[in-house]
Amino acid sequence: MSSSPTLAAGAEAPVFYDDGHHHPEQGTLLGFWLYLMSDCLIFAVLFGCYAVLGRSYAAGPSGADLFDLPLVAANTAMLLFSSITYGFAMLQMQAGRKNGVLLWLGITGLFGLAFLSLELYEFAHLIHEGAGPQRSAFLSSFFTLVGTHGLHVTFGIIWLVTLMVQVNRGGLILENKRRLVCLSMFWHFLDVVWIGVFTFVYLMGTLP
Amino acid sequence: MSDHRTHVVETNSHLQKRGQGHHDHDDHHGDIAYHASFKGYLVGFLLSVVLTAIPFWLVMAKVLPSSGATAAVILGFAAVQIVVHMVYFLHMNAKVEGGWSMLALIFTAGVVFIMLSGSIWVMYHLNTNMMPMHDMRTAP
Repeated sequence: MSSSPTLAAGAEAPVFYDDGHHHPEQGTLLGFWLYLMSDCLIFAVLFGCYAVLGRSYAAGPSGADLFDLPLVAANTAMLLFSSITYGFAMLQMQAGRKNGVLLWLGITGLFGLAFLSLELYEFAHLIHEGAGPQRSAFLSSFFTLVGTHGLHVTFGIIWLVTLMVQVNRGGLILENKRRLVCLSMFWHFLDVVWIGVFTFVYLMGTLP
Repeated sequence: MSDHRTHVVETNSHLQKRGQGHHDHDDHHGDIAYHASFKGYLVGFLLSVVLTAIPFWLVMAKVLPSSGATAAVILGFAAVQIVVHMVYFLHMNAKVEGGWSMLALIFTAGVVFIMLSGSIWVMYHLNTNMMPMHDMRTAP
């Protein structure tokens, strides 16, 4: 940078060929998608752990002994319902109806809370039976994987409530729409992870 | 920085005007690149209900005789359901963000596949070379 000929006095004005048209309108959405992909790697590692340790029972209870499939089915239904109700919130956002967005976000939050309650009930039940995370490698990896997913849902609900306050205050402005789209990606992503959990952990863990 | 910001705002308002002028299939999105439809969500939801119910039924009613076959079938259902969720709920296609989202997704899927298959393969062989544990598994 010792000499900068384009900035010299008397030189012609620099020509920029970048008119900015190829920039994405919303870099945030791509950035958030990249975050979700990195989150996907976290879950993949935990799934890998469970795949390796999931049959190491240390002479303790196995998945077939512990898992209550009707409860898991109810849990799965809660998360699926919350996915479509979030979709309805997005449709209301597209239609520009603030109260509709708030209503469907609220319903989504209730389904999310129902999911969390069922999961916490299951965890408490397991720990009460002496099948806590310290019992065996299987249970350690189980609690880590399912607990991490539950933690994501918890933060999703906190975010959802925050967003309801923001939408209520600011209306459907561009910033709030962007946040709604980000949370929709987060929420549907958690549902995708749950597909892996109920298939690989619960259903396959119950198989003899 | 301030120059960049004003530029972004201008682009957005420009897009908004264009969207209203052309009166596209949905003229409400304007500023945010998001296209969702009631039909899409409904199809996705119904498909995912079916794709969830069948694996639960297969396992809970013990339909197939062997565990291996059941595991293979429900893993197949899970893979299909993940694609359904990606398409109908996450609105993933090759055009989102100019293809960069899809590229990131494919890259992640590749890394995940290598990591999972490699870990399971290596750890399985390490396990079989450890102390004999085969008797424990069949013990009551």
